[in-house]
Amino acid sequence: MPFRLSPNPIDSGALQRSLADVRAGACVTFEGWVRNRNEGQPVFALDYEAYSLLAEKEGARIIAEACEKFSVNSAECIHRTGHLALGELAVWVGVTAEHRGAAFDACRYIIDEAKARVPIWKKEHYASGATAWINCATRGDHAGEKRT
Amino acid sequence: MTTLTVQYFAILREQRGLAQEKLSTAATTPAALYEELRARHGFTLPADRVRAAVNDEFVSATATLRDGDRVVFIPPVAGG
Repeated sequence: MPFRLSPNPIDSGALQRSLADVRAGACVTFEGWVRNRNEGQPVFALDYEAYSLLAEKEGARIIAEACEKFSVNSAECIHRTGHLALGELAVWVGVTAEHRGAAFDACRYIIDEAKARVPIWKKEHYASGATAWINCATRGDHAGEKRT
Repeated sequence: MTTLTVQYFAILREQRGLAQEKLSTAATTPAALYEELRARHGFTLPADRVRAAVNDEFVSATATLRDGDRVVFIPPVAGG
């Protein structure tokens, strides 16, 4: 499946090796990591929760759009669910193409659209003991809405 | 009255205190159902910050709800 959710740690090395393709002259990968700060607050862990059935559908649509818009050979995205510690890999995108331009563009498209549209939620745990669902207090895009 | 299953995720799941419930309602659209549930459970997100899905597909807030539908209200997403 081109878009998957994973409750287990993502092995980016294995994923990258699986993209091997002698027709491809370019491989672009993106890794989203759990960072220790957000908007000035020290973060020490986070939880991702997904509406799996719709997340997989919307994710597959995004990959299909990327393949239609850009000349790529293959594109994949995997997003973690569950509890993640600092430094863990939260999301991985890998694209192969004949040429680097399409690979960069498609990779950027997939991560940007996934963040804006796929029904996945992030709860941050702060050093203070407080928690917050990101985007659910003061701002945020709606799921499923294509940005222009 | 229609009988629906409502599934909750993230902040709505926490504010509701459960992940899923079956309920009967006079509401005929996701917008009306959300207002009913928001009044009952004190959801903090206003209706215009929440999208609806029925049977695992996005729908408009004014779509028609039918008996047996599974409804999910989707808070602003934050993947990545």
